[in-house]
Amino acid sequence: MKILEMIRINQIHKSYITGQNSLHVLKGIDLQINAGEMISIMGASGSGKSTLLNILGILDTYDSGEYILDGLLINKLSERKAAQLRNRMLGFVFQSFNLVSFKNAMENVALPLYYQNIPRKKRNIVAMEYLDRMGLKDWAHHLPNELSGGQKQRVAIARALIGKPKVILADEPTGALDSTTSMEVMDILQEVNASGITVIIVTHEHDIALRTKKTIRITDGNITEVVEN
Amino acid sequence: MFDLDRWQEIYHVLSANKLRTFLTAFGVFWGIFMLVIMLGSGNGLQRGVTQNFGDMATNSVFIWTQQTTIPYKGFPRGRRYNFDNDDIVALHNTVPEIKYLAPRLQAGGYMQTNNVIRGLKSGIFTIMGDYPVYNKIDPLNFIKGRFINDLDIREKRKVAVIGTRVVDFLFKKDENPINQYIQVQGVYFQVIGVFQSKRTGEQANQENQNIYLPFTTLQQTYNYGNAVGFFSITAKDDIPVSVVEEKAIRLLKQRHSVAPADDPAVGHFNLKKEFDQMQGLFFGIRLLVWIVGTGTLMAGVIGVSNIMLVVVKERTKEIGIQRALGATPWKVISQIIMESVVMTTFSGYFGLVVGVGLLELINFLLGSTGAGTEMFVHPGIDFSVAITALSILVVCGVIAGLIPARRAVSVKPIDALRYE
Repeated sequence: MKILEMIRINQIHKSYITGQNSLHVLKGIDLQINAGEMISIMGASGSGKSTLLNILGILDTYDSGEYILDGLLINKLSERKAAQLRNRMLGFVFQSFNLVSFKNAMENVALPLYYQNIPRKKRNIVAMEYLDRMGLKDWAHHLPNELSGGQKQRVAIARALIGKPKVILADEPTGALDSTTSMEVMDILQEVNASGITVIIVTHEHDIALRTKKTIRITDGNITEVVEN
Repeated sequence: MFDLDRWQEIYHVLSANKLRTFLTAFGVFWGIFMLVIMLGSGNGLQRGVTQNFGDMATNSVFIWTQQTTIPYKGFPRGRRYNFDNDDIVALHNTVPEIKYLAPRLQAGGYMQTNNVIRGLKSGIFTIMGDYPVYNKIDPLNFIKGRFINDLDIREKRKVAVIGTRVVDFLFKKDENPINQYIQVQGVYFQVIGVFQSKRTGEQANQENQNIYLPFTTLQQTYNYGNAVGFFSITAKDDIPVSVVEEKAIRLLKQRHSVAPADDPAVGHFNLKKEFDQMQGLFFGIRLLVWIVGTGTLMAGVIGVSNIMLVVVKERTKEIGIQRALGATPWKVISQIIMESVVMTTFSGYFGLVVGVGLLELINFLLGSTGAGTEMFVHPGIDFSVAITALSILVVCGVIAGLIPARRAVSVKPIDALRYE
């Protein structure tokens, strides 16, 4: 089987400028991720792991270098184009779930399809399928504040998956969950990966990292260690 | 257009802080409400005053004699004189710009003694001698019969056209005044027409107390010789009445040996000038109303814009999530503008409805209590003005939403996501 390259970054630099001070966060990172890989990024606070994930998610820009996502150079895109790419290519799972408070579980899941202008009826049917896969069919019409942390994260994963993305980006997906729920979420993410989707997880928990296939350690803006688990 | 998710979001945003939404909406409501009330009242005032003119040809001038103030051609100052029948012909011949010329004569009604009698009833009324053409300068509503005609003038018939108040005084309720006889200052006249004034209020009452006789009949019956009391003149349509006024006065002065510089000797009233001044006044009022009204409205709209800025700031993270999930900048901008438009349009429409409702209520009360005054008739606004106001509201809503919307997408998605 031919291995497809999903993500390639060459010599990515990123600095944050706050007033007089310039903070060099990413100092020339090179990384290659193949389709279907499951990777964890570890590092201390301020090491640049979240910044890297944000650049991979086209939520942030980089100063120099190259980022190629599925063969497409991501650089100086219009916000419109970036939004479309995020919508079609990427799925996000956040630490604080980031569900829209006034939409119920089903509507939250359907949101990415809303931005693809898919009719409401059709996207709700699809959303129900994904909720069912997460075992949350009965909770479809509950608002986020009526769900537990684990349920919220499963809704968020369903939402990340509904656009049939190529890459799932998870920023501390278990950070707000207890250990049992964390393991359940990781089970789901492993299943997602098993279906062929590339999964990238930022975490600082070892047992979470161990459940991925490869761990990349970032220290002070450089990749210092790559471990096959 | 009908996008349930969009409306759900609008509802969420506007209902999140109901008091704030209400107060903001009230600003716009009040702006439109004031605009409607002020425009409506202005219209009412204008209609009232304009109706006082009745259907009178506004391109008219009235000329009468007064005492001379300058000795001339051997006459002393302080002389009284009269216009006469020959002036009618002379005016027609030398002032071609005249459209209608109505010589008039008043016979009585000044003194507070009963001058009109029918059977046992009597009253004090104004007696006017007129030509048929007068009805073209100051038209009347004829309820029964007709106005004086040329035959009446030529044959000096003893016929009378009377106002509704005269009928009320002299006739029983179900009596038909036509062909009946009334005694006007000792002479019997046959009633040929009953009219009602086209004016309103006190002026209408005054006019409805008039009795019109043929000019020639009145002149002969009451021994006025060939005297003419005053002239009502209307200029041809495309000629300003002031031209006619000037020419007519010059001619009349010359014919009656009045010094050309003796202005007080000829009394005159230019209705057109009066009317134009009135129009100017109302234009001024309307201008003021629009300035004040749109100013109030702008204050309301700026309020909306401010609140939308606050809303956008509060929802920074939510908007960040939406953008991470693939909401394009246009989607975000249009959503915020739509929220702003919904807020301004709804509250503005409500202001429009309440304003028009209040005007209608005033209308109803004026009508039902009979308190209708001559200065205030049928306050209200045109439909086109209402449509204009609504369009202004939509445009204002868009403008009010524009700055907050731009603010919302100017932040990087990641900064919006991190915002707490």
